[in-house]
Amino acid sequence: MALQDVSGFQDTPMSHRWNTPVSLSGPMGDTTPLLDMADERILGWGRFKSSERDGEVPLRFFIPTPQSSVPFRCDNRHTSLSSLSTSSSPPTRRPFPLCHGTTTLAFVFQGGVIAAADTRASCSGHVACPSAQKILPIHSHLLVTTSGSGADCMLWERILAREIRLYQLRHGRRLSITGSAKLLSHMLHPFKGTDVCVAATLCGWDRCGPKLFYVCSDGTRLQGELFSVGSGSPYAYGVLDGEVRWSLNEQEAISLAREAVYRATHRDAYSGNCVDLFHITAQGYCRRDREDLREEYHRERERERVLKRGKEKSEEDKK
Amino acid sequence: MEYLIGIQGQDFVLVAADNIAANSIIQMKQDQDKMFKLSDKILLLCVGEAGDTVQFAEYIQKNIQLYKMRNGYELSPKAAANFTRKNLADYLRSRTPYHVNLLLAGFDETDGPGLYYMDHLSALAKAPFAAHGYGAYLTLSILDRYYRPDLTRDEAVDLLKKCVEELNKRFILNLPSFSVRLIDTEGIHDLEKIMPVGAKSLARAPSS
Repeated sequence: MALQDVSGFQDTPMSHRWNTPVSLSGPMGDTTPLLDMADERILGWGRFKSSERDGEVPLRFFIPTPQSSVPFRCDNRHTSLSSLSTSSSPPTRRPFPLCHGTTTLAFVFQGGVIAAADTRASCSGHVACPSAQKILPIHSHLLVTTSGSGADCMLWERILAREIRLYQLRHGRRLSITGSAKLLSHMLHPFKGTDVCVAATLCGWDRCGPKLFYVCSDGTRLQGELFSVGSGSPYAYGVLDGEVRWSLNEQEAISLAREAVYRATHRDAYSGNCVDLFHITAQGYCRRDREDLREEYHRERERERVLKRGKEKSEEDKK
Repeated sequence: MEYLIGIQGQDFVLVAADNIAANSIIQMKQDQDKMFKLSDKILLLCVGEAGDTVQFAEYIQKNIQLYKMRNGYELSPKAAANFTRKNLADYLRSRTPYHVNLLLAGFDETDGPGLYYMDHLSALAKAPFAAHGYGAYLTLSILDRYYRPDLTRDEAVDLLKKCVEELNKRFILNLPSFSVRLIDTEGIHDLEKIMPVGAKSLARAPSS
């Protein structure tokens, strides 16, 4: 994708601005002139210059005109004047409700950043995939934990990866984590109010040390030291809030993250199966093997049984 | 959920905002700064819908800075407030209105201190004191009762503390800390954060 842009290969004659044309007109803080369609056609396809312009990476979405636009016009006569102001057609009915079930968490400590997530992809009450990957590496020092709509997260993570790689190719240095978060936030802004649902945490290490950002498709962009996102996040917060400290060592941090995901998957129906754990240091990220939490559950039950037996025995001895 | 307050004195403006960034029932961040520095003597306090606040405030911030770069001098607080209101009004009847409530506080060499109240319907009013959020319902009467135009800086801070105490007592949401800033002829000064006694805050080990 990045190579395609750098070489200026264009295969669709859409607007070259990376913002989708949904609601953009006039002042959105962009002072560079918008190249209109006429110019693009005159100059022909395969213009090398357009992709060279800083930040003006073409992000072409083919937005199909909805089939329901014709009947909508007929209904318009019967509906009130207020509907005339909306030029978008009524939302197409989804075949199934969008799913947001997950538990992802990330926190910063003295040894870097820990990111952990479950691996259950759920969909309208059943498990669509028990081994999804919710923590996606962008580059050696940046991970994205994804939550919300699976398809949206997958797409936007790829788009973010492409933009960061392009920045690196153009400027000869890596985009900072703060910049990456801002870039993702601004790319998602035009889709605010639509059904795009992306709640990502960007975990990384750049020149300024370990960084953690929460970016959401509703526009939130927060820097912090501990975030948990998803339907299981309140349960994870319950475990993390009491224990996370800057001074944790690596083993403690890893086991704490594991424990938080485990507790969340136990209580939340939409989280479960396995836990993925990543640890980012100044040298890059390293990944722990995926662990099935069923084992942990059985181990805990076994521990409880042993304790119970021990108690019963000591009570018997007393008598 | 969020709370903004501003008090104008004879030669200063005192503003405060809470520090919580929340997402439905979870507090995601306890040290969020909701004040945006538009220029050396103008602050914009912005609350409202999640992404709209930062997007709109940063947009206004960058445009004010652009004006300075292009023209060599800064916009006065009154001009900045009207510019902000105009932008808010332009977007109001578009398909993507910004749902934000604002307080703009500034100090002008000729006009003196100014506090401007703006709401999401792009109403603009210059006021001696103002507040936004559910907390405003509880604190505006306190401001009505105790405000005087000739408040000193310390008296204004005490009045602010009275308001915060009332929130701590009567408001169902926990707002553990408030950022406080003061603008006068010398610029913007950061004052001590107000942390009402008894409000629970997430005690975290400070990062090195």
